[in-house]
Amino acid sequence: MSDKDPSLRRNAPRLALHVPEPALRPGDTPDFSSLGIPRAGEAPRPDTSAPAAETNQLATMLVRVLGEDNKPIGAWDPELDADTVRKMLRDMVTVRIFDDRMYRAQRQGKTSFYMKCTGEEAIAVAAAAALDRDDMHFPTYRQQGLLIARGYPLTQMMCQIYSNKGDKLKGRQLPIMYSDKAHGFFSISGNLATQFPQAVGWAMGAAIKGDSRIAMGWVGDGATAEGDFHSAMTFAAVYNVPVVLATVNNQWAISSFSGIAGAERATFAQRAIGYGIAGLRVDGNDALAVFAAVRWAAERARSNDGPTLIEFFTYRAEGHSTSDDPSGYRPANEAKAWPLGDPIERLKAHLVGIGEWDEDRHAAMSAECDAEVRAAQKEAEKLGILPQQGKDDIESMFEDVYCDLPWHLAEQRDLALSEGRD
Amino acid sequence: MPALNMIQALNDAHKVMMARDEDVVVFGEDVGYFGGVFRVTEGLQKQFGKTRVFDAPISEGGIVATAVGMACYGIKPVIEIQFADYIYPGYDQIVSEVAKIRYRTAAEWTMPMVIRTPYGGGIFGGQTHSQSPESLFTHIAGLKVVIPSTPYDAKGLLIASIEDPDPVIFFEPKRIYNGPFDGHHDRPVKPWSKHVASEVPEGHYTVPIGKAAVVREGSDLTILAYGTMVHVALASIEEQGLDAEVIDLRTLVPLDLETIEESVKKTGRCLVVHEAPRTSGFGGELVALVQERCFYHLEAPVERVTGWDTPYPHAYEWAYFPGPKRIRRALEKVMAD
Repeated sequence: MSDKDPSLRRNAPRLALHVPEPALRPGDTPDFSSLGIPRAGEAPRPDTSAPAAETNQLATMLVRVLGEDNKPIGAWDPELDADTVRKMLRDMVTVRIFDDRMYRAQRQGKTSFYMKCTGEEAIAVAAAAALDRDDMHFPTYRQQGLLIARGYPLTQMMCQIYSNKGDKLKGRQLPIMYSDKAHGFFSISGNLATQFPQAVGWAMGAAIKGDSRIAMGWVGDGATAEGDFHSAMTFAAVYNVPVVLATVNNQWAISSFSGIAGAERATFAQRAIGYGIAGLRVDGNDALAVFAAVRWAAERARSNDGPTLIEFFTYRAEGHSTSDDPSGYRPANEAKAWPLGDPIERLKAHLVGIGEWDEDRHAAMSAECDAEVRAAQKEAEKLGILPQQGKDDIESMFEDVYCDLPWHLAEQRDLALSEGRD
Repeated sequence: MPALNMIQALNDAHKVMMARDEDVVVFGEDVGYFGGVFRVTEGLQKQFGKTRVFDAPISEGGIVATAVGMACYGIKPVIEIQFADYIYPGYDQIVSEVAKIRYRTAAEWTMPMVIRTPYGGGIFGGQTHSQSPESLFTHIAGLKVVIPSTPYDAKGLLIASIEDPDPVIFFEPKRIYNGPFDGHHDRPVKPWSKHVASEVPEGHYTVPIGKAAVVREGSDLTILAYGTMVHVALASIEEQGLDAEVIDLRTLVPLDLETIEESVKKTGRCLVVHEAPRTSGFGGELVALVQERCFYHLEAPVERVTGWDTPYPHAYEWAYFPGPKRIRRALEKVMAD
């Protein structure tokens, strides 16, 4: 008799497996009315040194600064000067244009793969603005805004995407898997959530050495299911680590909605409560709210008041990557119905509303960003596109496996070179 | 008989077994509604329901561990790890639990499960979507390791794997999901429909685990290969005009040594081909076995053609891949007087 033999059933309710299913599928009309988005300005702002438990209610609310009228409201208004906001807006516009150009480049066969962050531009850009330039990021694959906001050359990013002669990573990494130490941007891994506890480790190192720099780790909603997410949370809590841990909840992990990562039961910010660390849930399409939350968590970390988990609530407006077509698993045009809106439009409307921006200036700035991206692309393409690569400098394949080239790799390098000459 | 590609053949194997055995349960990342990123599980959820085919959280450790629990209960999990490169968070569960439970409980508990995972390069996937980690599993006592090279074998081997009383790591060569590959990446892709092994019978049949296939008889030398490299090796010997005997291992553990031994004793020469890195690759095991069993029949040292001992580099994919040039050089050495 096996364990599953029905004869073992007592006179008890029949057990049932619950498999989460999104409310809407292809063919359905987009509808977010059940979300119940809290109004801007409602969330209280505890002192950055408050006990973690004081943030518990914030894990189910939504820190929002920009109201329906796109005016800042409430305790979380970071009261930024207009130049800072204009810089964020420009960076966000640049990110979107960059994404569109590189997506098109992939479709034109110039590279193998690309990932856009459409609709999520405010998150990385405002986080970069809120941290110090020498703080360290451990990003996942949709934080190109960090590099752009920190002034990393667009041409360098494109050379990596094309795996060409200008690619500092020597054509080794999948497109968009950037790495740049000088810009505080750790090497992106294709394996999910690995960077999250690494951010904690970097910040532990800073704490061990009495440094003043902090780290920020990034993960998506889907990857919070990985064990590494929970290792990060445990270590961050145990050692009161000066780290900001961000979960970008764009609600989709390729075809799996956030319910498959547990979102039917609790918010991602609520993960913080069980570990006893501060947790914030933030409107990820509100650049001012993102800035305010990251600045709050950074101050807390810098003062040795502990780590913070921030959930940025947003919506993945496009496919997971160039290899994905979301029309196969979710309603078309959902992005247009997303109630938190377009982060660029919202920030722009805010600047216009306070008299610091107008349509003409926006059009001129957008044209400048577009010209900048196109010029960078032209420069990058002078150094080649992917289909032309992989034939020259074959010996570089064997470098950096180890510090010194061992005999067996030297032998293989020579064989590879002679194959190349055949 | 319909002509199926490997994805369709694997899909069909799932359908056959899910219809025959209500204990078969399928889960993994994106496998439910969407049917998997390579579409191997397409339509299964609709046909068999959400409690038998469902999406898993992105936790390979969790996927394997819950499959262990289900197997303990008496369910037969057939799980998908989206890319072999993603399997490592599940490695502890596979090595310490899946592989050892029969032994450590003196067969009180067993692990009849299948862990399917696409492996190998040739799709510009970079180092995290191209790996061939089979030797990390062949080294572990208690695991069976299966790798098909055709749609016919894929269906028959997957059915046999699901019916097997022991855990099977089922590696799917994703470069040949849609068509066989001759190793020349600059030539047009051939569809499976032109290949005889795309004729896949409907319904239930098995290709036995532990049995290799002599896919080409010959007398000059024996080539041992599996997965994508079977096709690359076949194309290479045609190009070289050699009368090689090509053996598709199909199962790495337990290995069909009898077929290998018989062939090498006949030809007197042997070449081993795999895409995985060279050092501690499965080719090392094959070379050792051939020299142990066939030493006095060998007319030349056994050669290995493999990937390099580097991570799989994105732009240098075709300089990494053990293609026709590398095979030709090795053939010249094996065939030298």
